[in-house]
Amino acid sequence: MVISGVYPGRGRGGILAVQIVAVALLLALTGRLWYLQVPMHEHYRERAAENRIQELVVPAVRGSVLDAAGRPLVQNRSELVVSGDYHELAAREDGGDEVLRRLAELLDEPYAQLRKRTRLCGPDVQRPCWPGSPHQPITLAEDVSPQRALQILERQEDFPGISAQQQAVRDYPLAESAAQILGYLQPVTEEELAERDELRTAFTGVDQVGRDGLEAQYDRELRGEPGLRRLAVDTHGNVTQTLSDDAPVPGSHLVTSLDSEVQRVAEEALRDGIQRAQDAGDPADSGAAVVMDVRDGSVLALASVPSYDPSVWDGGIDQDTYEELLGEEAGQPLTSRAVHGEYPPASTFKVSSLAAAVAGGASLDGTYGCPSSYQVGDRAFENYESSSYGSISLHQSIVVSCNTVFYRFAHEQWRADGGTDPTGDPDDHMVRTAEDFGFGEPTGIDLPSEAGGRIPGREWKQEYWEATREESCTAAEEGYPDVDDPVHERYLRAVAAEHCSDGYVWRAGDAANFSIGQGDVLVTPLQLARAYAAIANGGTLYEPRLGRALVSADGSEVQEIEPREAGQLPVDDTTLGYLQRALADVPEAGTAAGAFADFPLEQFPVAGKTGTATQTGYEPSAWFASYAPADEPRLAVVAYVAEGGTGGSVAAPVVRDIYTQLYGQDGTDGVLPGGEPLVELPEVQPDGSVEAPERTRP
Amino acid sequence: MTQLHAPTQPGLAPAGWRGALCRVVAERPRRVDWVLVGAVGLLSILGTLLVWAAGGDTVPGRGTDPQEGDAAALALVQRHATHVAVGAVLCFALAAVDYRMQRAYAPVIYAATLLGLALVLTPLGAEINGSRGWLVVGGVQAQPSELAKVGVILFVAMLLGEPRDGETAPSNRDVLVSLVAVSVPLALVVTQPDLGTALVLAVTFLGMLALSGAPLLWLVGMGLSCVTAALAVWWFDLLQPYQLERVATLIDPTADPAGSGYNANQALIAVGSGGVNGTGLFHGGQTSGHFVPEQHTDFVFTVVAEELGFVGGATVLLLLGVVVWRVLRIGADCEQPFARLVCVGVAVWLLFQSAVNIGMCLGVMPVTGLPLPFLSYGGTATLAQLAAVGLVLGVHARDRGFE
Repeated sequence: MVISGVYPGRGRGGILAVQIVAVALLLALTGRLWYLQVPMHEHYRERAAENRIQELVVPAVRGSVLDAAGRPLVQNRSELVVSGDYHELAAREDGGDEVLRRLAELLDEPYAQLRKRTRLCGPDVQRPCWPGSPHQPITLAEDVSPQRALQILERQEDFPGISAQQQAVRDYPLAESAAQILGYLQPVTEEELAERDELRTAFTGVDQVGRDGLEAQYDRELRGEPGLRRLAVDTHGNVTQTLSDDAPVPGSHLVTSLDSEVQRVAEEALRDGIQRAQDAGDPADSGAAVVMDVRDGSVLALASVPSYDPSVWDGGIDQDTYEELLGEEAGQPLTSRAVHGEYPPASTFKVSSLAAAVAGGASLDGTYGCPSSYQVGDRAFENYESSSYGSISLHQSIVVSCNTVFYRFAHEQWRADGGTDPTGDPDDHMVRTAEDFGFGEPTGIDLPSEAGGRIPGREWKQEYWEATREESCTAAEEGYPDVDDPVHERYLRAVAAEHCSDGYVWRAGDAANFSIGQGDVLVTPLQLARAYAAIANGGTLYEPRLGRALVSADGSEVQEIEPREAGQLPVDDTTLGYLQRALADVPEAGTAAGAFADFPLEQFPVAGKTGTATQTGYEPSAWFASYAPADEPRLAVVAYVAEGGTGGSVAAPVVRDIYTQLYGQDGTDGVLPGGEPLVELPEVQPDGSVEAPERTRP
Repeated sequence: MTQLHAPTQPGLAPAGWRGALCRVVAERPRRVDWVLVGAVGLLSILGTLLVWAAGGDTVPGRGTDPQEGDAAALALVQRHATHVAVGAVLCFALAAVDYRMQRAYAPVIYAATLLGLALVLTPLGAEINGSRGWLVVGGVQAQPSELAKVGVILFVAMLLGEPRDGETAPSNRDVLVSLVAVSVPLALVVTQPDLGTALVLAVTFLGMLALSGAPLLWLVGMGLSCVTAALAVWWFDLLQPYQLERVATLIDPTADPAGSGYNANQALIAVGSGGVNGTGLFHGGQTSGHFVPEQHTDFVFTVVAEELGFVGGATVLLLLGVVVWRVLRIGADCEQPFARLVCVGVAVWLLFQSAVNIGMCLGVMPVTGLPLPFLSYGGTATLAQLAAVGLVLGVHARDRGFE
């Protein structure tokens, strides 16, 4: 059975061929290995690093907003939140179904809802879903009762991957009070993220940004600096190591000049005034009140009615609530009337017109006729309710609020400037003075998108005409088919035709209306308060301020926000003193005497001016602008009630109520003892608690 | 180490199992290829370390506790070491067996593997990673397709290595019978489906056929039918979508990094980040982060490439080359057609499977579920490979002296 040379040649040759193939194959693989590991090493090393490191942004604790006494206006409340670990749930055989069903039962929430919340948001995944990183705990339920949270923590074998912890949410202890001023938080948008030059990652969808009010204005300071944690992770998302951990820097606390008690008082008085006006049959659908420290422009209260509770923004507002807030019925509660509302100032504006008259040459010692009406061209401009006071001083013209005196000043100045066709550079004392009183431009308060009001002059008329001419010309030609009354229709057509042809002309009637703060003049309650504060303090216009200081979270660093002067009133001391005395007589013996009849003016003298803005087709709107004490001014207070009636009967009582509450009645202390705003800042302690400042008593 | 014992009577078939047993016990191998044993031994030790470093796939729900992961890796490496130890014993036991016993029991082994492959299709089988290739009996898992490689090699070697009297090469009939013999297990493996193993069986058979001295026409025909089959598969959409994806992935692994290209892409990153010297055993970021799936089994080469670098990877390639070379040399030195074909079969199997596996890790071959011989975790595969080495050693011990 010796089989020798059975397969000569072929066998050995074949095996040699296989050996050659083997060597060639293994050499080729060695070459490939060398290529990947030597020339391409750097490339793959970088790719490996990208693979393994997960950067996690740790948001900083947002600072609180405090009032002048250290009371929280906005703070962080901690609530119990139930959250799930994305990876741990996903790794379970049933994808965490069983756990979530148990949790749904415990929390008394539908299982489907919880399931949806565990999904990661994406282009195809709509809310509810998780907008953050899968490395962060996914919020499954908010504001859970401690009993339920405890059950979850104690029965971890039933709830693997589920935990309960404290989470900071924004809290508004004042609820509706000062809502528009404080603002609110909303998730950051892509554009806002792009603008930030600081830390950001793809997973900042959970970042909140101040969207209005102080939260927006001081967003950067309140937000602090987020920390960055770099984690080594494996392919299942399990964290294997913490590579670096830069702790977040908590946001600063904002100490404001707002006084929550003063704010409350102002809002109550305003609401009461509006209620009284409504009871009297007026629409009175909105209003504003401002309380300002005349000595530095710091703001103690900014009231606006209607208001809303900013906690609706917590955890993302739902569509229905949002539409309701923006709806007509709600009356725009998101808008602060004090800062964003623009209204004709009416007679409160006469302080500017009086200064303009003096600048134009009128004597403070002279007397001026106050007839029931004053003829400008072919039109008679009347006093309010056509009252006539004969020949009166400028002092008296303020006290009784005579319109015709100012019509005449305006008309004469208009004529002196050259009328409709001025030669050279017209003086325009009325317009210039108003601008120097701080009207027509935003005051520069530390709030976003403040309104600037409107001071119409020759330039404004020209611009306005150019912008609206076409519309007016069309209306003049085609008439107003919607208007039923033929007489009114003819009137409207005539107005349109006039505006079409020469609407750019600054007419005598425009000048007359301007002088009593009517026509196209618009101011914000804040502007008016600042102007009266300037009259009170001797002529300095300040940039109104809400922020007084930024204090680091542990109180170690205090950065004060200094008041800023914005300008000086264009009024000499003599005129200013004259004006102050005139204003002080208004509550004593003038248009506000009725409102201040029972007020202890001897003890707390108040200076102020009423205003009643009239507009065809609407009820009159009420103003009262004031400061007190008249002899040693501390506070300027302005109130406005839209379509509420006359200034003396509606707005002046609101201001009176505010003073009454601030100063106290019958020997009891008010909310601002002695009427003195707090001077010292509240102190933030290292543990985060806040100590109220000492009240300096006069 | 030569001729320590007097040669037994040449050409005598074993006289029953009792006699065979006596001979096995009485005779120690006269010659051992220590180079082959050393290379296989080094690969097995290295494999054990790599499996330890790889630590296995993360257990679902393991969470982030690294200690649990360490414990899991330790349990895994203990199981692997057990497999290697049992395999080593089996290897040396088979080395002591006269290869004529191999031939005698070849039909039995072949029949046993067919039974195993058929059983996985019954309720006794279990599906793992999309392939019904496992038998689970009493908590013990086994992969009959791994044993089938040994069974097919032995049976085909028997069929092609016993020319009839007067012939010098397998006849057409022999070739036909062997073709049928390989087709049955091949069909069963494809049913699982386990394309990788089917390829190994086919290539191994072709290699054995080519070196058996079979008529040239058969080889040409076989080659042509392979091309035809490939064309048909492509033409009639016979591939599963995932298989197509794997081929597409090969062309551009970065095309879909989160999907089908994920494995290949992560494997490339692991290999590339190793550099010349590697990151050090147990210090590979890709490996310890478990970014490469199946890194203790099919992708174990990425572990050596990352942690031991080009030095380690090239050493593995060299050792595998030494194993294949020595097996082929034993076959070349062997005059007995059956014995030589066993060696050729084992060499082609190990070479093809190693090249496909490493090529897959290096991004030049499609992803197929084939373990890397001697290195990958896997009980049945380890036993089968070490048993095959044992068969070759058995041939080597006795191929001379019968002349």
